[in-house]
Parts: sequence; structure tokens; C-alpha cells
Amino acid sequence: MIAGAPILELRAFRVRRGGADVLNLPSIAVSPGETLSLIGPNGAGKSTLLLGLSGIEPPCAGELLFRGERVPAGAAALTYRRRVAMVFQEPLLFDTTVFDNVATGLKLRNLPKDAVGRRVAESLERFRIGHLAGRSARTLSGGEAQRASIARAMAVAPEILLLDEPFAALDPTAREALLEDLAHTLRETGTTTVFATHDRAEAQRLADRVAVLDCGRLRQIGTAEEILRRPADSFVASFVGVENLLPVRMLPAAAGGAFAAVLVGNTGREGGVPPGCATLEIGGAAPGLRAGSEGLLCVRPEDVLVTTPGDRRGSVVNQLQGRVTALVQQGPFIKVAIDCGGVTIVAAVSMHEARGLAPAPGCAVTVALRPADLYIIPKG
Amino acid sequence: MELIWQGIRQAFGLIFGFDAEVWRISLLSLRISGTATLISLVLGVSAGTTLALTRFPGRRILVSLVNTGMGLPPVVVGLFVTISLWRNGPLGVLGLLYTPTAMIIAQAVIATPIVTGISLAAVQQLPAKLRLQILALGATRWQMVRLLLREARLPLLAAVMAGFGGVISEVGASIMVGGNIKGSTRVLTTATVMETGRGNFDVAIALSVILLLLTFAVNYLLTRIQQAERPR
Repeated sequence: MIAGAPILELRAFRVRRGGADVLNLPSIAVSPGETLSLIGPNGAGKSTLLLGLSGIEPPCAGELLFRGERVPAGAAALTYRRRVAMVFQEPLLFDTTVFDNVATGLKLRNLPKDAVGRRVAESLERFRIGHLAGRSARTLSGGEAQRASIARAMAVAPEILLLDEPFAALDPTAREALLEDLAHTLRETGTTTVFATHDRAEAQRLADRVAVLDCGRLRQIGTAEEILRRPADSFVASFVGVENLLPVRMLPAAAGGAFAAVLVGNTGREGGVPPGCATLEIGGAAPGLRAGSEGLLCVRPEDVLVTTPGDRRGSVVNQLQGRVTALVQQGPFIKVAIDCGGVTIVAAVSMHEARGLAPAPGCAVTVALRPADLYIIPKG
Repeated sequence: MELIWQGIRQAFGLIFGFDAEVWRISLLSLRISGTATLISLVLGVSAGTTLALTRFPGRRILVSLVNTGMGLPPVVVGLFVTISLWRNGPLGVLGLLYTPTAMIIAQAVIATPIVTGISLAAVQQLPAKLRLQILALGATRWQMVRLLLREARLPLLAAVMAGFGGVISEVGASIMVGGNIKGSTRVLTTATVMETGRGNFDVAIALSVILLLLTFAVNYLLTRIQQAERPR
């Protein structure tokens, strides 16, 4: 997290379309040099927020502050708009050469010809497309076109760079290469960046902080670690890949202030408590949750350790006995659904682990949960 | 068939024999239709771009009117321009009836909706986000419009061709507001009608061939510009 007075700040920022609020944000501040990632489903308001930050779409209420000064609406916003550059999901290149495309922003600012040439050349080289300078933009591949689009934005040396899912339409190889070059450029130039994406991995890789949006509202903002490990609510938890949201009831805190909870709602043996585990030790809980209150236990599938019964590995506390109910191959992992006395827990097991475990529907397994990986959020 | 061949031979004879009257009416046709096309270009591109980029109540009706105007019958235009320029008409005091200026006005009225309609379609077919991208690059509103028009330059050249083609070939309005006066308002189309009426089919065919060659030459030139603009 980069400290300092915010370079960019939204206050009570509202955008309305068709008579409805499409964006309603009480406050967001971005520090100089920070990369803030916006994540959220389609229609969450990510693009609208970026257009608002660009000064192109002024809010119907609230204000946008740049270095503490209010950004005016309309033509008066030009000075601010020329400190900002934006890249869209589509490259949106002009029907001319790559060089002329990258030079556009500089020409609009009436820079001298030699300065234009020098800065275009620098930007093209930075994104490894110097050899394409004379090519028609129409003949570029998707990856080359998006590189040209980002080079065009960076050529104007923006103080703020806004990226609206620029990698969404690229194949994995082109995406990875461009992501690497962009991350390097942002580190080198220290450009303040706001970056909308669907992809949690992209957000984690580029961002100092992540903001989760839904239906035009800010659900949570914090470091990627905070968002992934301590989601504010069930929406954020589900969106960032917390597949296990297990109903629990908080127990009185143990000595030393550690949290404890019991799984509820299961129809298993021993009076609704999973066999072998009356209570769970929990690493953290959302503020305000007290003994007796009901909540949802967040467990990421990759944090669930699955072993054969009797295996001593894993947490000595929070051990649950269960049976595998389903297996789904998902990328490099196998998602294993385990019934623990009526509560289904999903674990992500690596291919290597799976070879030793040999999970199959119906086989008995032990599930171990580290207290540090567990977090309780309010129910509902 | 023999008549047609004779007309074609005569056409080339008139052109390469440097027949003064034929060259005069050909150049007058070019001047009147070229000026009318230029006027329609200024008005039509401005109106088409405005309609494409703005939203206001009644816009759809205006677009429908423009689309209707693209098929405006020249005789109807001729009638209303004649009434307007008639001695007792609202613009009668200008004394423009039966002058080349009256023909330019009538032809500009015919060509403007054509250029407007094609310009509107040309700007509308650009990606919707391109406007935002241009603004995001730091453009003023005027710079944005200039860049959008540059992006739409190929269909805009088609608008020029369609506008010019529409007016160089029309006869109804030209004859009504120009009067086909020898040495003053006689152009290729009105001369062709006159010669046909007189039964001089060979001369009429010769004039038609010259009109076709002139139209082809202008469109060939515009096409060369259009295709040369396309980066490879």
C-alpha cells in the first residue's frame, strides 16, 4: 500500500442512467503511484466508475477530486482529462499506421513533431512493438493491437492510467506477456493506475489494493490478501472464490481471545455436530460477531487439507471426518466435495496430492482446517 | 444500333474536335453540380455528424425526414425552388430564377439529404466506444469530431460520389429553375432532353455519352482518393 495524500478521490459519487443509480459510491481515494483494481460481475459499475474517473462522464451528484482540487464538468475538465489516459477492452485503434495511432494523444496536445517522434518510439519499444510502427493497425493481431492501444495511452505520460479489462479478449499467452510488460512499466514509471478486471489473478498480480463492486455499490476495499482472506460479506466471499460458506454459531471466546464456533444446520450424527469435532477454532471474525450470533464460516477450497483417515498431517485441531461425494477436474486441481456429517466442504486437491489420496466417491477422508485460514462473516 | 454507334462516334468527335458549345455546357454542368455537391458536403456532413453524435427529442423524426429526403424527386425540388425564386416569391427579389445560381440551389437541395443520410450512417457505424476513446486521449469536442470524420473518410467519400451522381444526372429541377437557356443555363442533361425532343437522337446520344464519361471521370478520381487512403 502506497501512502500519501490521495491523487484521486471520489466523494458521494453518483451516476444515473435511465432513471436509476448505476453508481453510488460514498468515498474512494487512490494514493499516488498506487494500483487499485476494480473487480465485480458484469453490470457492477466498473466501466462507469472508470469513465467517471476519466472526467468523460461527470456524476449527477458528488465530486471527483484530483490532488485535492475539484474536477469541473464539461469542457473545463480538459486540463484534467489530459493528465489521464484510458485503455478499453477493445483496442479501438484508428484506421492508420501503428505509429500514427500511438502519436494521436501527443498530436492532440500539439507537441512538437520531434518530441512526438521520440515519445512514440519510446512507448513502442517499451511494449515491444517498435518493429510494427509502419504497419496498418488493421493488420495487427489481437495482442499486438492491445499493446499498441496501451502504448498509445502511455505515450502521453499520464499521471493516472485507467484500464477497462484490457486483457479480457486476449489468449492466455498474449495476456501473460502483456501483463508482465505492463506490470514492469507501472513499477518503472510509478503511474497511478485504476484497473478493472474480472480476473482475480490479474487483480492480485497488479494491484496494491482491490475494490469489489456490485450493482454500482462498493462492497469492500482493501489489499488483495484482505479481500481474499477476510471478505466483508457473502457476495465478496463468493466472488473471490470462497466456495465454502458454512453456517456456524459463535461460541464464547476461548482463553487468549481465540474465536470458536460450531457448525450448524447439519443433519449428521452427534446432535448436529460433525463427528470428532464439536467446535472449530477460528482465526478471525468480522467485527460485531459475538457469542451466540450466527455467521458464515469462509473456507477457501485450497485451504482445505484432505488426508486419509489416521494421517497425522495437517491441523491437529479442526479435524472433520467425512466421505467424498463428488469429484470435478478444474484446471490443475481436482475439486473434491466431502460430506462431513451433513455439511458439504469443497476442497481443491492438487494432482500430486490426488495421486497419493486417490479420492473416489464414497471413500472416507479426514478434512483438516487451519484456524488461521478460517474467517467468520455475518450471515445474510 | 447504328444510331447509337453514330452517337458515340459523334461524342468523341465533339470532345476531341473541341466543339466550343459542347465543352461550354460540359464545363457548366461540372461547375454547377460540383458547387452544389460542395455546398451539400458542408451542410450534409455537419448535419449528419450532429445527428449521429447527439440525442434530443424529435431526433428520430429528423432522421426519418433525412432518409425520405434522400429520395426527393428533382421535379418537386424544382417546383418549390421555382416558386421561391419566382418574381413574386419569397426570394424573388434576388432575381436568381433562370440563372446557374438557381440551378446550384436546386441541386444542393437535392444532394444535401443524400450526403446527410450517408454521413449519418458513416459516423454511426463507427464503434460506439471510439468517441469515448478519443476523449480519453485528451481530445476537445472539435478534435473528437475531426478524428471521427477522419475515421469515416471512406464512407464519406462515398457520400460525395452519391451526392455528385445525384445532381449531375438530374434534369427536372435544372430545366425548371434554369430554363435551358443557351449560353447561360444549358447543361448536359437539359441539352440532351432538348435534342431528344427535336428528334436529333445522334446529338442526344453524344451528349449522354459525354455526361457518362464526365460522371465516370469524377467518380474514378474520387475512387482513387478513397482507395489510396486505405492503409495496407
